Amino acid sequence: MDRRFAEERLFKGLMILATVLIISSLVLILLTVLLKGLPYMSLDMVTKTPQGGYYLGKGGGILNAILGSLYLAGGATLLAILFGLPVALYMNVFSRPGARFVGACRFSFDVLNGVPSIVFGAFGFTIMIFFAMRASLLGGIIAIALLILPMMVRSIDEVLRLVPHELLEASYALGATRWETALKVVVRQALPGILTAVLIAFGRGIGDAAAVIFTAGFTDSIPGSLLRPVATLPLAIFFQLGVPIPEVQGRAYASALILTILILIISLAARLLARRLTRHVVK
Amino acid sequence: MENRTHISVQDLNVHFRSEHVLKDINLSIPDRKITAIIGPSGCGKTTLLRSFNRLIDSTEGVRVSGRVLVDDENILDPKAEVTHIRKKMGLLLQKPYPLPMSIYDNVAYGPRIHGIRERRRLDEIVERFLKKASLWDEVRERLSQPASALSLGQQQRLCLARGLAVEPAIILGDEPTSALDPQSSQRIEATFTELKRDYTIVIVTHILRQARRLADHVIFLYLGELVEQGPAWDFFNNPKQPMTREYIKGLIS
Repeated sequence: MDRRFAEERLFKGLMILATVLIISSLVLILLTVLLKGLPYMSLDMVTKTPQGGYYLGKGGGILNAILGSLYLAGGATLLAILFGLPVALYMNVFSRPGARFVGACRFSFDVLNGVPSIVFGAFGFTIMIFFAMRASLLGGIIAIALLILPMMVRSIDEVLRLVPHELLEASYALGATRWETALKVVVRQALPGILTAVLIAFGRGIGDAAAVIFTAGFTDSIPGSLLRPVATLPLAIFFQLGVPIPEVQGRAYASALILTILILIISLAARLLARRLTRHVVK
Repeated sequence: MENRTHISVQDLNVHFRSEHVLKDINLSIPDRKITAIIGPSGCGKTTLLRSFNRLIDSTEGVRVSGRVLVDDENILDPKAEVTHIRKKMGLLLQKPYPLPMSIYDNVAYGPRIHGIRERRRLDEIVERFLKKASLWDEVRERLSQPASALSLGQQQRLCLARGLAVEPAIILGDEPTSALDPQSSQRIEATFTELKRDYTIVIVTHILRQARRLADHVIFLYLGELVEQGPAWDFFNNPKQPMTREYIKGLIS
């Protein structure tokens, strides 16, 4: 009897330890960014592009990277939804039940999900060379879309699997086609979950540096064309951290803070939106 | 009383992988009557019902052979067009599954996919069929609210209205009252009795008393085989098969 209670206590202890570890690392990261970045935060950081000598500590901001990251991650997310949602719908609504092909799809997405982002960057780069493309917003969008597609498909897939099969049958029984059922019933029922999946993908896309380093390039000017290079926040952070001047390194943390806040704002907005969309979801 | 046949099943066999679920089923279901399919659980009642509207197609590893004639069309014919067959039959499941939309949109869903767009016609359809399912008075003030906010009994009547709105000739019910409280069950049963004037109704039930109360015609399945079928009065008062007698007495279940 005593032994069983001891086990119980041991596992409870381990769980608490794990929770504390996770939460404290999150808090530590946020605190580091906040404490090191806040003193260097200024309106200039978010409203100006780097001026001459910015990387040596002179004036300016990282508006170029903020806008670049938003365009890039936004474009990549849209592109990934465009391909990912139909794939997930195919796997759950259109395919024959129990089809091996679907299992193979899931497995390959899982494998792709584990591929490091630098590989996607290199892959995108090879393709760009093939088409004689220069580093550009478009190149970055494609590389990031490839990077986030597997995780987006798999998370949407998991959400769609939770849609009760009877709900699909109810729609079929009314004479609806699979397409109508997928679009009007399945997507609607799973919408909050789909939104979360898209958001996680967006977060991964906006935070990634390795996939964009060759494909999107870097520039000090505000992005104006799909075919011109763009700056991104992770790369801006990386470059600033590499400069041995305290002022510039401080701005790197301020940039990280901006990135964190951006993701926070988008998460909150998506949460609010999801709450409004759950109104009709059938439990 | 004349008995026109609405659905007739000829040599229906259904296999799930290696399991023989329905064996050489031959039966006919009369028009504008309530037919009850009874039998112990796992005897193939639901499978039989689901083969009427080809929902059985979406089950993994299933093989179907034989003929199911609805209005003299073999719906198991691979060339048969499924959506038009399904439009002929409203389906009620064990648990109500409202679609993830408002009460109004639930009823309007079917008519909309079959091409009705005018708001005024949809309004009229929604009202007519909610009335037919005796739900109108309870929801007329809150048609735009989510269907999931209704009680289970109300949801089941909503599902009935939704099925009726595509103007089927047949209503299929797979133990449609089993998840409901007694009062809600009673309302559904009462609605069925009223609806049989215009519709052919087929329900699967494992509640013998429900079959006695409702059915005009009874089909008794046991372990995938059709044991006996016939008019309800004869079936319950003068069963021909010993197995039927035992089942009615409650000796086997």
